[in-house]
Amino acid sequence: MAEVKEINKKNSQLKSFFIKNIVTIIFIVITIIGILLSELSFTFIVNELINRISRNSFLVLSLIIPILAGIGLNFGIVVGAMAGQTAIIMVTYWGITGLKGFILSLIFAFPFAVLFGYLTGKLFNKTKGQEMIAGLIVGFFANGIYQFVFLYLVGTIIPMKNTVMIKPDGVGLRNTISLCGGDYPDGIKYALDGIFRLNLFYFMIIGSSLVMIYAVYKILKNRNKKYIPVKSSGTYITYIIIALVFIAVSIGVLVSGSSLAMLKVPVITLAVIAVLCLFNVLIMKTKIGQDFRTVGLSQSIAKVSGINVDRTRLIATIISTVLAAWGQIIFLQNIGTMNTYGNHMQVGMFAIAAILIGGASVTKANVRHALIGTALFHSVFIVSPTAGKTLFGDAQIGEFFRAFVVYGVIGISLGLHAWKKRAVSRL
Amino acid sequence: MNNGYVLQMKDISKEYYGNKVLKGVNLNVKAGEIHCLVGENGAGKSTLMNILFGMDVIHSTGGYEGEILFNEKITEIKSPKKAMELGIGMVHQEFMLIPEFTITENIKLNREITKDNVISKILGDRLRTIDSKRMNDDARSALDRLDMNIDEWVRIVGLPVGHMQFVEIAREIDKTKVKLMVFDEPTAVLTESEADNLLKSMKKLASSGIAILFITHRLDEVISISDNVTILRDGELVKTLVTSESSVGEIAELMVGRKVDILNKEEKNKKQVKREVILELKDFSVHMPGEEVKNINLKIENGEIFGIGGLAGQGKVGIANGIMGLYPSNGELYLKGNKLKLNDTNNSLENGLAFVSEDRREVGLILDSSIELNIIFTALNIQNKFLKKYLFFTLQNSKKIKKHTDEMIKKLDIRCTSSKQNVGKLSGGNQQKVCIARALTQDPDILFVSEPTRGIDIGAKKLVLDLLVELNKELGMTIVMTSSELTELRKISDRIAIISEGKVAGILKPGDSDKKFGLMMSGTKIKELQEEVI
Ligand SMILES: Nc1ncnc2c1ncn2[C@@H]1O[C@H](COP(=O)(O)OP(=O)(O)OP(=O)(O)O)[C@@H](O)[C@H]1O
Ligand SMILES: [Mg+2]
Repeated sequence: MAEVKEINKKNSQLKSFFIKNIVTIIFIVITIIGILLSELSFTFIVNELINRISRNSFLVLSLIIPILAGIGLNFGIVVGAMAGQTAIIMVTYWGITGLKGFILSLIFAFPFAVLFGYLTGKLFNKTKGQEMIAGLIVGFFANGIYQFVFLYLVGTIIPMKNTVMIKPDGVGLRNTISLCGGDYPDGIKYALDGIFRLNLFYFMIIGSSLVMIYAVYKILKNRNKKYIPVKSSGTYITYIIIALVFIAVSIGVLVSGSSLAMLKVPVITLAVIAVLCLFNVLIMKTKIGQDFRTVGLSQSIAKVSGINVDRTRLIATIISTVLAAWGQIIFLQNIGTMNTYGNHMQVGMFAIAAILIGGASVTKANVRHALIGTALFHSVFIVSPTAGKTLFGDAQIGEFFRAFVVYGVIGISLGLHAWKKRAVSRL
Repeated sequence: MNNGYVLQMKDISKEYYGNKVLKGVNLNVKAGEIHCLVGENGAGKSTLMNILFGMDVIHSTGGYEGEILFNEKITEIKSPKKAMELGIGMVHQEFMLIPEFTITENIKLNREITKDNVISKILGDRLRTIDSKRMNDDARSALDRLDMNIDEWVRIVGLPVGHMQFVEIAREIDKTKVKLMVFDEPTAVLTESEADNLLKSMKKLASSGIAILFITHRLDEVISISDNVTILRDGELVKTLVTSESSVGEIAELMVGRKVDILNKEEKNKKQVKREVILELKDFSVHMPGEEVKNINLKIENGEIFGIGGLAGQGKVGIANGIMGLYPSNGELYLKGNKLKLNDTNNSLENGLAFVSEDRREVGLILDSSIELNIIFTALNIQNKFLKKYLFFTLQNSKKIKKHTDEMIKKLDIRCTSSKQNVGKLSGGNQQKVCIARALTQDPDILFVSEPTRGIDIGAKKLVLDLLVELNKELGMTIVMTSSELTELRKISDRIAIISEGKVAGILKPGDSDKKFGLMMSGTKIKELQEEVI
C-alpha cells in the first residue's frame, strides 16, 4: 500500500515535470530529429552553435528582469538594439576600430539606451497590462524614426561626409556597413571574440575542473554545517561525475584527433556572458531585485507597502534596454557586417522565442531558461534548412519552419498566458 | 491646543461614482486607546480606513472631503507610503500578502533589512544585498510575540487563512515607530481562541501607547476590549459611545437602526430521525497545508445539516476542500453509494456538490466582473443553466439571469447599486453574500459552506443562517457547514463533528453541554469524555 503511494507520488512528480517543461522537451526532440535529418557534420553544427550562443545569449539575457518585474516579454528591446547600432555607426564613422572601438561603442550606446529605455518605460507605465503590444508598437514606431534619421537626416542635417558608409548621393547611410577587423580594420569585428580563443576541449576540461573543485568545496562545507543544506551532497557528487565524464570525453576527442578537436571558443565573450548571468542572479538578491519581484507579483500590494511601482518598472525597462544595446553590439562584432536597416528588426522576436523555448513564460524566467533556450532555438535554426531539404527536397521548407517556430512559440505562450489569467477557479 | 488625540478625522465625506458612502463622519482616537468601529456591511468602515491610509482606490475615484489631523497637525495622506511614514499601520480587510513569497518576505515587505556590498557603496542603497538571516530573526520574534509556531521560511501559498491573518498582524507588530494601528476585521477569519490571542496582543500594544482602531462584527469583542466605540450606519455617524456605559444590545440596535435578534445560545434539539447516508468518507485524507485531514471516516445523512467544528489548524477546513478537489486527497468517497472521483473539482460540481469557500478572494470571486456573472458563473459553465437556444446559437438568457440575480440580491440583502456592479466594488461582507448566492444557484444536492458568516454583520448573519435552515427544510438540501463559531453550528446543525489533529474527535448533538464541546475541541477523546459524564 505504502509502496503504491510512493510510486504514485513519483509518477505524479514526473508528470508535473513533463507538463511544466513541455515546450522545452518538444524542442529537444525537434532538435534531435533535425540533427539526424540534416546530415550536417557534427563538427559544423557544434561550431555554429558555439558561434551563435556566444553571439546571442546576451540579448536573450536582457529579457529576464522585465519578466520578473511583471512587465512581461519586452518587445521593446528593439529600441535598445537601435541604440547599440547608433553607437556602432558613430565609432565606425570616426574610424575607431578594434577593442577600442568596441568599448567606446558600449559607452556611446549607454546614454541612448537609457533615454530610449526611459521613454519606453514611461509608455509601459501608461499602458499597464498591455506592455507587450506597446513594446511591439514602440519597436515599429522607433524604426520609423531610426530610418528617418539615418536615411534622410544623415548627410543633410547631420554632417557626415566622405565615407564608404554614405550612399553615393551623399544622403543617408548605405544598406550594409562593413565592420571588418584584421590588418586594415574599418570596424569592430571580433573585437571581443578575438581577444582570446581557446580550444573547445581545453575549455571544457578547465571548466569541468572548476566545477569539480567547487563541488568538493561545497561537500566539505555541508559536512561542517548542522542545518539542512539547500542542495544535498548527493547533488554535488552528481556534478562531479558529470564533470569527470566531460573531462574524459574531451581528452578522448583531443587524443583521437578528429576534426572536432580544432574547434575554438571565444573565452572573453563567454566570460562577459557569465558576468551578465551573475548580474541577473545577484541583482535579485538586492533591495531593488526584491522590489522587482514584489511589483511583478502584485502591483497593488507593492503600492500599499510603499514601493514606488512606476519607478521600479521604469528601472527594469531601462536596465533591459541598456543590456539589449550592449547585446546588439556583441552580436554585430561577431557578425562583422551591419545591415543598417535590418539587423535590429528581428532582435525582439528571436530573443523572445529563444527564452520561451528555454521554458520561460510571461511571468517566469531565469538564467537557465535563457541559456538553454538560446542553445535549442539556434540548434533548430542551424539544422532546419538542410533538414527541410532532406525531408521535403526543398531548403525553403526549413526556412518556413523557422518562421513558424518563432511566431508559433510566441503565439502559444501568449495564448497560454491569457488563458491562465482567465481560467479563474470554476467554483 | 493639546487634547491628546493621535488622530482626528473631521467631517469626512466620500463619493464613489455619485454614490455617497460616507457623509460627514467624525472620529477621534487618543494614544493608547482601543477604539472600535462598527456598522453593517457596506456602512463605510473600510472606506473610512482607506481614506486614512491614503489608498489608491480613494484618490483614483476623486478623493474625499474633510480634514485629517494626525498628532494635532492637519495632514494630507496621499499614499500608503505617506501613511506609513506618519506611523500608521494597517491590517487590511483583504489580505495584502504575496502568496509566492515566504512569511518573512511578506512581513518585511518593502522594509527589507539590507547590508552593504561593493557595488551598493558606489551606486546607492537600492543595490544593497538583502540580509535574509536578520530578516528571518525579526520575523521569528514577531511571530513568537503572537504565539505562532509556524516556520518563518514557509511560503504563504496554501497556508490556512487564519495563519495568513496572523502573518499580516505580525507585519504590523514588526514595525517600530507605529503610533496608530488599524485592524480591519482581523478576527473574522480567526477561531475564538486565535481571536482571544489577538485581542491580548492588541491590549499589550495599546498599553505601550499605541492607538488602535479596531473594526469587527463580533460585538462581544467590542465590549470586552474597547474603550470607545463609534457606530456607522449607511455612511453616517450614528454615535460614539464609551464602551463601559453601553451593551451589546444597544450597539446592535444603533448599528441596524431597529431591534435585532442577536444570535443567542439557544440550541436546537431536533428529534433524531433515521436517514439514508448520502455521502460517506472512508479513510479520507487531505493534504492541505496547516489543515491536514488524516484518515477520517464520516457518514453524512441525506437531508441533515451537518456541522464541522474544531480549532484552527486541526483540519476542519480541509474536509470540504478535499471533497471538492481543491487540495489533493486520497481515500474513498461514496456519493449515494457510488464511488466519487477524487481530486476532480469539475466532477464534484457535476455530481451536485456546491461549495462556499472560506477563502473568497482566492477561489471565490471574479472581482472585475459583475455580480450577475459571479452568481451564475458555475451554474452556467457546469450545468448549462441560463442558456437559450436560437437556431444554431446558444446564448445567455439575460432576462432570466437578471431576474434570478435580483432575487438573490433581495434574499441575501446584498447592498449594491445594481446587479451589474462589479463585485470588486462591494464591501467585504457583501462579497461574501455573493459567494453564497453562487453556490445556491447551482441547486446542489449537498451544499458545503465554510465560514458562511465570516465578515457578515449580525443582521445579515441571521439572514444567512435562516436561509440555510430554510433550504434544508423546504428543499431537503443536505448542508455541511464548517465554522469556527460554535454558537452558529449549535444553532442550526443536527449533528456536529469536532475535528482535532486531523481526526474526528467525536460527533455531538447541538444540545450537548458546553463542557463536552470544550473538552472535545481541546483534543479529549470521546471515551474519556464519557467517563467524565458518568
Ligand atoms: N471601489 C469601490 N467602488 C465603488 N464603490 C465602492 C468601492 N468600494 C466600496 N464601495 C461601496 O462603498 C460602500 C461602503 O463600503 P465599505 O467597504 O466601506 O463597507 P464596510 O463598512 O467596510 O463593510 P463590510 O463590513 O462588509 O466590510 C459600499 O456600499 C460599497 O459598495
Ligand atoms: Mg469592510
